[in-house]
Formats: sequence, structure tokens, C-alpha cells
Amino acid sequence: MKGLAGTGISVRLGRRQVLSGLDLPLPEAGSLTVLAGPNAAGKSTLVRAIAQLVPYEGRIALDGADLRGMSYTERARALGYMPQSLPAGSALNVLESVIAAGQAAQSGLRAKADAIAMATLDRLGIGALALEPLGRLSGGQRQMVALAQAIVRNPRLLLLDEPTSALDLARQARLMAEVRALTDEGRIVIAVLHDLALAAQHADRIVILHEGRIHSAGKPADVLTPAMLAEVYGVEARVERCSQGRLMVLVDRELPRVTEIA
Amino acid sequence: MTGAIKRMAAIDGQSPGDDLLARYRRQNRRRAGIVAVLAVLAVLALVVDLITGPAGLPLSETLRALTGGEVAKSARVIVWDVRLPVAMMALLVGAALALAGAEMQTVLENPLAEPFTLGVSSAAALGAATAIVLGVSLPFLPGVWTISGNAFVFALGVLALLQGLGRLRSEGPQSLILLGIALNFTCAALLSLLQFIASADALQQLVFWTMGSLASARWPGIGLIAVILGLTLPFALRASWKLTALRMGEDQALSFGVNVAALRRWAMMRVGLLAAGAVSMVGVIGFVGLAGPHIARLLVGEDHRYFLPASLLTGAVLMSVASTLSKTVVPGVLLPVGLVTSLIGLPIFFSLILGRRG
Repeated sequence: MKGLAGTGISVRLGRRQVLSGLDLPLPEAGSLTVLAGPNAAGKSTLVRAIAQLVPYEGRIALDGADLRGMSYTERARALGYMPQSLPAGSALNVLESVIAAGQAAQSGLRAKADAIAMATLDRLGIGALALEPLGRLSGGQRQMVALAQAIVRNPRLLLLDEPTSALDLARQARLMAEVRALTDEGRIVIAVLHDLALAAQHADRIVILHEGRIHSAGKPADVLTPAMLAEVYGVEARVERCSQGRLMVLVDRELPRVTEIA
Repeated sequence: MTGAIKRMAAIDGQSPGDDLLARYRRQNRRRAGIVAVLAVLAVLALVVDLITGPAGLPLSETLRALTGGEVAKSARVIVWDVRLPVAMMALLVGAALALAGAEMQTVLENPLAEPFTLGVSSAAALGAATAIVLGVSLPFLPGVWTISGNAFVFALGVLALLQGLGRLRSEGPQSLILLGIALNFTCAALLSLLQFIASADALQQLVFWTMGSLASARWPGIGLIAVILGLTLPFALRASWKLTALRMGEDQALSFGVNVAALRRWAMMRVGLLAAGAVSMVGVIGFVGLAGPHIARLLVGEDHRYFLPASLLTGAVLMSVASTLSKTVVPGVLLPVGLVTSLIGLPIFFSLILGRRG
């Protein structure tokens, strides 16, 4: 079976059931799926489960192959994961960190590993930072480096956890354009995004998570509705199309909580 | 992709990456050069250590004795049976402790980790104390090895215990460090207890041992540490990319394809052998395991292909210089080398860190 398939994914962190047996609708190659939902809905946990970074129940398979059954090397070749932030304390420079990302699973040094890492940095427009120590970068620059680390192995599945959270508007636009290009090259891309307008603009499909379950999934126009926004986010909001036909989510006010009414 | 590169380069108005790539490669050649210079310094430090001593042997005679030339029998005895074992032991112990410290700092993700802080040294001291005070020793071990044998077993034991406890609760390196500190205190308390009940003679011997001394260096002990270094270093170097990746944190290393649990387990095994070997032969030597890696990091950065050998060599140089100073600071007196490492290491360490900040 082609694409990424998840069935019965459950994750418990301590005493909290974060994800309860959810089935991931099948994202295909060349598609960008955005995971959205309120805080603590389980978005990052789902991405981390797919990246095999947290223990989970259920099965997650890429092109029919169970991710859990893969060796560390195979897995590193198959998937790239971009965390919300990179640790600031390292004395490594940007280029070294990206070489290490491409190199760690190999036993010897691949020829041209440094040139491949450099080309990846150039592709993301951060080539000029190559020799800067990671510790001296801004949060947004570190986020771009994290993306470079995720794509340097040229993986088929790309998992991005809030990739734009520390970026200014221009860099958000550049990063999303790059993510779109990476998707169009035939990858499966799953990104956690809070900005629903950004999600509507770029996603092929949006999956809304709510309280550890999938609330709704589908094309942006089908998923982003005032009813969903009221139920999941607890806000009164309008979904409108601007002059260019793009979806805009306009939040008017927070709805009083059900318990407060009662 | 070339199109994308050009497009992005045009947006940022930057020069192509070729120039930076060339600079990165030059930087690596410079780092290799620094490692080579450290190796030369280590050899020089060894030679200086060899030609210093209370016997007042002239340089020419020392070198003749070393190369097997015509010298008085007493000179040959001094060089081969007294000075060379001490100098070699200093070099190897420094190398072993610093390599252990470097790997420990990386796999425990903590710049303060070293054999000393995680209880290995105090466990070794406790092992030595059981031999000195209680007369307990391992069977089948010749008498001269009693103290070292016990120290080795205790040091390795405390690391095995640490690993075992760490596996019970897999909450990463932080809990391992806390457990190590707890074990450190436990061993120190038990050591105090043994000191409390020890006879005056045993107490003196024990205090001397815990200060760290090269005076009892013998060739079999040197051979043991050399073998441990020879066995561990190739594996450490082989893991250098994985260790470098771990500097990005555990999650990133995992997503890069590193089996972090296995990497930690094997690294701690190497650290255990290195630290237990070193400490059991010369007693408690602080600071080298901490300062060696930090100085190396300032010199060559954290690419472990350079960082590990640079740490090892820095430790060797520090310890060798300390050995020379322990003979010369107070004429006619051989100071415990453990005291000297801390005293000479500290100013070097401070100046490097403060210089960097400035």
C-alpha cells in the first residue's frame, strides 16, 4: 500500500491519554497534510509518534512497511523530523550540524557529505550562516537549520512540528514555498500549524485534532467551517474568501464555555 | 534543485556556498593541525617529565640511558625503573581520564559530567579502602595488585549499578546524573566510615592514596591502561558522528538514525573501563577529566572526529606537566599529583574560558 497509513494509534504520556486509537487518513505522495487543533490536542505527539520518538500502540506504515520494524538507518533514510526548536547550547556550527544529520546513521564518511549539506543550506537560503555556531543564531534561524537537518537525507516522509512558529512573515512565506516545493517533488509532508489561514493557503488536506481524536479531515474549504471553529476552538468565527479566493478565518470572540453556561 | 539554489541565493544576495565550503574544509585542516600539535606537545611533556627529577641526572645521560647507550647502572635504573614508568603512567592516565570525560559529557548531555563527579573516583577510593583498612581483597590476585584490583572492581561496579538503575527508569541522562551524584555521596560516606575505624597506619596510606600518586607506577599497570586505551579509542572514534549528532539532543539524534540507547550504553562501558583503569592505578585525580575536554572544545569545537583525540591529548599534556611540577615545585619532595592537576589546571581553564567570553 502506497503512502503513509496509521491505524489505532494511541499514546499515553504518564497518566494522560494523549491520543486515543486514531486512524490516520492516508496521506499520499506529493501531498501536504496540515495537522491543526487547539493546544494540547495531541498534534505534536502524533507527529512524534510517526517519527518513532514516543512509544505508541497501533501501527504506522510507510508504503506498507511498518516504521517500527525498520532499522535505525532505514528509518533515518525514510523520514525527516523537524522539531519545534533546536537546543541552543551546542558549540557546533550550522554546517557541521547538518553534516551530522546526514552522516550519523552511516558508518563511514560519505564522499561530498559536506557539499550535500552546503547545498541544502543554500536551497533554504541560509547558506551564509554555514559557519555560524548554532548557539549564536536567532530562534527563527535555528528553525531553518532544523528544516535543513530534516531534509538533508532526502527522506520520503517529512514531519514538521510547527515549522513557522519562530519565523517572520517573509521567512514564513519562504519556508512554506520551500515546503510546497519539497512536497511537489513527490514527498509525503505532514506539518503541524497553528495559523489556519496559512494552512488553508498551502495544505492539500487539513486534519483537525481535538482531545486526542480526529475531529474532521478533508480539503481546507470543507474542514474550516464556523461550526468546527466553535466546537473545537471555542470561538465564534467567520470563514470568508478574500478577493483572490483564498480562505480567511476571522475570529470575532471567544465563546463562553459550556460548563460556564451550566 | 539547482534552480532552487540559484533562486534562493538571488533572494538573499549571497555568494554561492563554494567559498564557505572551502573555508569549512580549511577549518578542518586547521583542527587536524591542532591535534597534531597537541600530540607533539604530549611527547615534549613526556621528555621534560623524564629529564626532571631529584637525582640530577644530566640530559645527555638520560637520553643515553633511554636509547640503550653506555651509562652507569644507577642511571639506567633511575630512568627505566623510576622515571619512565611514572612519566608514562602520567601520560596514559591523563589521556584515559580526559577521553572518559569527553564521552561522558556528550552522552550525558552535561558539561559537568566526568568520572570524578559521577562517583567513579569515590567508588575506587572505597575499593582501595576496603583493601587497606579491612584487608579484603579479590582472590587469585597477587599482593601488589590488591589495592588496585579492589579499586578497579568498585569503580566498574558503581558504573554498572548506575547503568542498571538508569535502565529501570528511562528518563534520560538527567536521572543518570542524579543517581551518579547520589552514589558519589554514598561511597564518600562509606569511605569516611572506614577512615573512622582505620588504624593510624592504614589511615595514612589511605589518605595518600586518595590524593592521587604516580609513585607506585609499575609497568604491568601501564600496560593495562595502554590496552584499555587501545581497545576503547577506535570504538569511540568510530562513533564520533553519532556523538556529534547527540549534541543536537536525543530526539534529533534519534531522527538522524542514531540508536541513542545503544550509543549511551557502549560509551558508558568505555568510560567505565577508562576511568576505573586510571583511578585504580593512581588514585583520585580530579579535574583532568573535566578540564581536558573543555580545553579541547575551545581549541577544536565539537566535531567529535577532532574533539575526542584533542581531549585525549590535552588530558595527557595536563597530566604530564602536573607530573613534572609535582617533582619540582617543592625541591626534594614528590607532591601528590592529584593536588597539582587541580592547581595547574585551574588557571589554564579560567584564562581560556574568560578569554573566550571577552
